[in-house]
Amino acid sequence: MADKETKSHQTIDSLLDTEKTFKDRVAYFGRFLWRDRGGVIGLTVFLIVVFAAVFAPLITNQSPFDQDLRSGKLPPAWKEEGTWEHPFGTDSLGKDIFSRVIYGTRVSLMVGLFGVLIASILGLLIGAIAGYAGGRLDAAIMGGVNLILSLPYLLFVVFIATVLGRSLLNVILIFGITDAPIFARVTRGEVMRIRESGYVESAISAGARWPTIIFGHIIPNLLGPLITLATFEMSAMIFYEAGLGFLGLSVPPNEYPTWGNMLAAGRKYMTSYPWMASFPGLAIMFTSLGMNLLGDWLRDVLDPRMRRSRK
Amino acid sequence: MAIILQVKDLVTKFYTLDGVVNAVNGVSFELNEGETLAIVGESGSGKSVTMMSLLGLIPMPPGKIESGSASFNSEVGLCDLLQLSPEEMREIRGGQIGFVFQDPISTLNPILTIGEQISETLIRHKGLSKEQAREQTIKLLSQVGIPDPELRYKAYPFQFSGGMRQRVVIAIAIACTPKIIIADEPTTALDVTVQAQIIELFKELRDALGVAVIWITHDLGVVAGIAERVLVMYGGRPVEIAQVTDLYKSPKHPYTLGLLGALPSLEAKESKRLVSIKGTPPDLLIPLKHCPFAWRCDYAFDRCWEEIPPLISVGDKHQAACFFDIEEGGPHHD
Amino acid sequence: MGRYFLSKLIQSLVLLFGVLFLVFMMVRVTGDPAALMLSREASPEQLEALREEMGFNDPALVQFKRFMSGAILGDFGNSLHFKTPALPLVLERLPATVQLASVGLLMAIIIGIPIGLVGGFTPGSVVDSVGRFVALIGQSVPNFWLGLMMIIFFGVRLGWFPTFGRDSWNSVVMPAFVLGLPVMGQLVRLTRSAVLEIRGEDFIRTAHSKGLEPRTIYLKHVLRNVSIPLVSVIGVQFGYMLGGSIYIEAIFSWPGMGGLLEQSIGWRDFPLIQAIAVFTSLIVLLLNLLTDLAYSIIDPRIRYGR
Repeated sequence: MADKETKSHQTIDSLLDTEKTFKDRVAYFGRFLWRDRGGVIGLTVFLIVVFAAVFAPLITNQSPFDQDLRSGKLPPAWKEEGTWEHPFGTDSLGKDIFSRVIYGTRVSLMVGLFGVLIASILGLLIGAIAGYAGGRLDAAIMGGVNLILSLPYLLFVVFIATVLGRSLLNVILIFGITDAPIFARVTRGEVMRIRESGYVESAISAGARWPTIIFGHIIPNLLGPLITLATFEMSAMIFYEAGLGFLGLSVPPNEYPTWGNMLAAGRKYMTSYPWMASFPGLAIMFTSLGMNLLGDWLRDVLDPRMRRSRK
Repeated sequence: MAIILQVKDLVTKFYTLDGVVNAVNGVSFELNEGETLAIVGESGSGKSVTMMSLLGLIPMPPGKIESGSASFNSEVGLCDLLQLSPEEMREIRGGQIGFVFQDPISTLNPILTIGEQISETLIRHKGLSKEQAREQTIKLLSQVGIPDPELRYKAYPFQFSGGMRQRVVIAIAIACTPKIIIADEPTTALDVTVQAQIIELFKELRDALGVAVIWITHDLGVVAGIAERVLVMYGGRPVEIAQVTDLYKSPKHPYTLGLLGALPSLEAKESKRLVSIKGTPPDLLIPLKHCPFAWRCDYAFDRCWEEIPPLISVGDKHQAACFFDIEEGGPHHD
Repeated sequence: MGRYFLSKLIQSLVLLFGVLFLVFMMVRVTGDPAALMLSREASPEQLEALREEMGFNDPALVQFKRFMSGAILGDFGNSLHFKTPALPLVLERLPATVQLASVGLLMAIIIGIPIGLVGGFTPGSVVDSVGRFVALIGQSVPNFWLGLMMIIFFGVRLGWFPTFGRDSWNSVVMPAFVLGLPVMGQLVRLTRSAVLEIRGEDFIRTAHSKGLEPRTIYLKHVLRNVSIPLVSVIGVQFGYMLGGSIYIEAIFSWPGMGGLLEQSIGWRDFPLIQAIAVFTSLIVLLLNLLTDLAYSIIDPRIRYGR
């Protein structure tokens, strides 16, 4: 009889069971996909958006900037006066809406990615200092953080955007700075938790030096919540950029199409030509939904406590 | 002594996404009136699940009680716990069978006063009014050794220390003078000194109320202080049942032997290495057709790998589920 | 309890001071607030005139003192567009926004919480899955876009509700719904997860082991614990709704503070913008304070300073 020492022996028996057929493996994979369907959908959406942004010229041969006043205000292709040259119709100046939606992904992604980058780096630094230092420095920093967080966010973003003027850089900066407090708060919470769990102390007493502690212990623990947060905040930033564009505070429409300024332009024609605003709105919803799903999934997967008991 | 609880062939399984967990694989035992039975085993041995199955406290998906009977001599006569309707079960829980759980801080509702948490059992089972329940609760609090009970009635769980909280939990359990108290590792989460106090308290209450106690633990040291009989479980099965002194003097199952060897002892004559049992507990996902302990057993031979050993009598009121006779040094003759 | 409240009050006052400081700074951050307020074609004489009139040439500290003392008394200067005091203009619009936010919040609570409760008690059921799906959509839809869509569909095509203004009793329905939808989504998810989490807690198992009636367990043990995070979120969200109604009010031409804000942006009427910002922040801070108070009443652990 086989080795009696350890229990791993019994599981090897079942793993080597060559009777597991191809159908079983497919079933297993299918179960995995279904269990994590939120994440699968979210990731797909995200990849579609990235794909659209990167390969925009390949997807549509229309330019998002060309005005053609003769073909202005055309409805989507499946309607009577529409044509397949302009699948989503055109706006009041004859610009193709489909291509503008596709090119709009570039702005949204840039705002989302860079905004989150700035916010997370700033927030990480502030939060880590606050969390590690503790005491009065922590109280002072968190006081400032809570101040910014407890105020009506929209109000101040709008206020600042009005002051600074319309440009993509301004929008990214505004979001990056105003969102940093959220990252700071999460980072500080995690750092404090790690500090208090005594596990840093044991690492130190085992002889680890501080670069090892930071990169080997603290950062891996931070990554999970931060990646999840980054996903949600990216979704929110795309959302808010659209909002700012809607108020006319984001990139001007002549410079570059963004979903926000498309909504603003389409607003005037809501009753007679509703598609001008519908499609960018759908794009925003699609992206936002996908990223929220992705964030939910990431949160479940990256939380070590949840990993064991996932239903 | 009259038998108050008789469990026969209890089988409980959990149907999870990873497979079927065979948590309890045919457990039978008896409990006499006023007796203290200890159930000993590692994590995963099925000791807690057995007790919770009896009272319908396991989540029913994914859990399922496949078979078995649990004959309980209740106030209204004999009944099978596993066949009761939910309403009947609720009558028995708290009223005739009390529970003491392991970790007092999570066992108590943080936003209700402790007085209220004790009173609600009294109101539910004894039909007392709020005022009467309050008076009775204050008496209970002093019975379990909580000073200033009138003041403490309105206190919240977080305002107590661990030992005090456990006393509150005990008060809840004994409030309706149950016939059985099931204590699931009640001292594991406490400091050693507090452990001793709680065990003393338990003994006092047990003697004063004449209640039968099932004490679940993984710690053989605690068992000696409180139990009269011991049931050792492994892999969801009972492997040895004996009077407590017999168990310590002449254990008949290799697992029990291993557990005893792992106990540090003040009276050891020479310094002896603590012997731990090699290997790890069995994976309950895999249904076994042989002795679950065989992998880790020093005495296993071919029969151990072919059949599941049943409980056989190896002495006066002493049973063990093993084909090997440790004292003789060879397989049992039957 | 008194001490807890006092410390929160002081914190709020400090926050308010911070807001005033921020608002003061924002307008001056580009260096020339006058240029900010006038259109691009303004002549140097016009700019200088404005600077004199608004006192921008005075030393910074003097300006700050003037601003602060004015703010405490409710004086934010005159609106550039209306030429009348700024704050009364804002206050005039307050009731409309309060009405909008209240109705929206009510809708969110009445619809959202029950769905969340059902979801928490019967996870995986049809109601649960549908509820969560709708909640997710509710939180992902850009509310300004949804408002537009609803105007077209329910307002123009079906004619069920008025599409702008505050004239009839049912004018508030659509804007309030759109404003409350994200909160509704959040409440569904929060309630559901709170119920699931509490149900898994050890003390619920204890409640079962006491043989209590299911109704007692749900009401006294589960729901009371669930209400703790809910109260907190509702209070905070109400504040956000009051402060973030700008899109909805703009789209539905609702005569509230948000609508005024949108117009002020177009007019570059900074005194008015400042007044709106400070006043809204004040309301939000007050709400947070009230929420903290309610929270401490429900959860005794907060009360005793643990």
